[in-house]
Amino acid sequence: MSEKLDRLAACLEQRFAGRLQGLERAHGELTLQMAPKDLTEVARTLRDDPELSFEQLMDVCGVDYMAYGVAEWATESASGEGYSRGVEKATSGRFTFDEAPAGGTWDGSRFAVVYHLLSVRHNHRLRLKVFCPEDDFPAVPSVVEIWRSADWFEREAFDLFGIVFEGHPDLRRILTDYGFVGHPFRKDFPLVGHVEMRYDPDQQRVIYQPVSIQPRVLVPRVIREDHRYLDEAADGRSTDA
Amino acid sequence: MPEIRNYTLNFGPQHPAAHGVLRLVLEMDGEVVERADPHIGLLHRATEKLAENKPYNQSIGYMDRLDYVSMMCNEHGYVLALERLLGIQPPLRAQYIRVMYDEITRLLNHLLWLGAHALDVGAMSMFLYCLREREDLVDCYEAVSGSRMHATYYRPGGVNRDLPGTMPQYKPSRWKSEAEVERINADRQGSLLDFIDAFTERFPQRVDEYETLLTENRIWRQRTVGVGVVSPERALQLGFTGPMLRGSGVEWDLRRKQPYEVYDRLEFDIPVGANGDSYDRYLVRMEEMRQSNRIIRQCVDWLRANPGPVMVDDRKIAPPPREEMKADMESLIHHFKLFTEGMCVPAGEAYAAVEHPKGEFGVYLVSDGANKPYRVKVRAPGFAHLAALDEMSRGHMLADVVTLIGSLDIVFGEIDR
Repeated sequence: MSEKLDRLAACLEQRFAGRLQGLERAHGELTLQMAPKDLTEVARTLRDDPELSFEQLMDVCGVDYMAYGVAEWATESASGEGYSRGVEKATSGRFTFDEAPAGGTWDGSRFAVVYHLLSVRHNHRLRLKVFCPEDDFPAVPSVVEIWRSADWFEREAFDLFGIVFEGHPDLRRILTDYGFVGHPFRKDFPLVGHVEMRYDPDQQRVIYQPVSIQPRVLVPRVIREDHRYLDEAADGRSTDA
Repeated sequence: MPEIRNYTLNFGPQHPAAHGVLRLVLEMDGEVVERADPHIGLLHRATEKLAENKPYNQSIGYMDRLDYVSMMCNEHGYVLALERLLGIQPPLRAQYIRVMYDEITRLLNHLLWLGAHALDVGAMSMFLYCLREREDLVDCYEAVSGSRMHATYYRPGGVNRDLPGTMPQYKPSRWKSEAEVERINADRQGSLLDFIDAFTERFPQRVDEYETLLTENRIWRQRTVGVGVVSPERALQLGFTGPMLRGSGVEWDLRRKQPYEVYDRLEFDIPVGANGDSYDRYLVRMEEMRQSNRIIRQCVDWLRANPGPVMVDDRKIAPPPREEMKADMESLIHHFKLFTEGMCVPAGEAYAAVEHPKGEFGVYLVSDGANKPYRVKVRAPGFAHLAALDEMSRGHMLADVVTLIGSLDIVFGEIDR
């Protein structure tokens, strides 16, 4: 398996020399990072080049890196005030509409689009990652022309993250309700949402109103520097007991 | 010449043949479909967002509720992705148990698919026969997890507990007489493995019975042959996986091509269709049931001969046994931390795919080192399949749309997530 990945990595490096923004390898998976302006051309090469031949686009996934590395529990230092280590609410599960999450440790672009490709002919996989250049108006070119299966996956990423796929023939919302406002999977969209729906007996119809439920998450988000993994990464052992 | 008008027909969301909450907007020319626009999302529960706000292990139960007719396979995808990030491998016995339950799940899924599909097309009795067999299989779920549907049985690092030595018994009631209970309980006197073994003995004949009812049936063939033909090239282009891809003649099965767990040690064949129509997809799924039965038998034999642990022995991932927890301080701390905070997963990302009964079920996990995932993306096979409904139904009659929906084997839990 690893020889195969070596070959694939070498092939990708050769094909995309100069345009490559990153080629990472972890857990037996390759991640190729490209710039959005190159995406269409790169995607075409990935599909048509006989050595790569990624006929199938398995998945398109939006990622919002806004709150990457945000935790709600102080782990580095013990507090002298008992249970006061709980940091202020920081993640989408805990805040309501007009509150914004605390900034994370991420310093790159906020939105990324991740494509998972599969080659049936060569039996290998590749993850292609593209960061949207603008945070306020995230946009990448659409790959519907190259892989037809991108159609709904791109609509989904547009619906949930507000990422615009330029050149998509029919970029409508797909999973959320008709007339929905906002992009619910963004990290600044509260888990409880903005509006709730109920039947109003006076007006004799279903109405929308601001949410009345309180956000509540039982377990705080905790990030621990687990040194087991650092050691193991260094000497390449597995944790198999 | 009379003036011809195009009709727009609204199909669903409350329609028995829509297999859940599918709303189809069909543009019709007379009785011929010109364009199909599926509206989905009526069952959207934001599973992925909920999972981002929970410790890793608490989301396993959510995975059951994605595709709610193949519960354990969903768990499997999630747990595999998590194990890849953690860098652990479950003990061999746990891998065999998972494979056995994956195949039981495949039978559960294909039986319900067959029953519902046949019912849509007009064969009423199939549904009753299929649910008869499903009953025994959900009993297997119950024996091992206590739940007949949403098992939450797989864990990162293994499975929740070992297979039980006894089967639960039925008791006589107003609905079940003494004699009937005795008949039902006859197979349940031994262990779970004995019960599964007895099931696999009789199941191939049951599949033959189903085939007798359908395969050569004239109405069945008239309704399915040549309906929704997809060429191999289009199937790849449309992101088809699983029986949909194999029905079009592409020999692709993750269990064989990218084996996970112990599939590389088991013998089974991969059925492939020739014409890519609904009838071929039916034949592929029928043969898959026989092959699953074969795999289950091999697993039962192995599991009988090889007792052992079913969970990794890592206290940062698996909770300690109760007795140990009561007596040992360190175990108590481990137990407390695992159940209040969960485990912190090293930063990174992983995509794990399993051969789900419907196709490739993939889970993409992004971790930033926290006890909750940063991003979970579920790649549901049905999502890509339903997206192709427009292309598949063009030029077909309205009644064929029902055949196509049945043939796609869609479940809204996973499509809407």
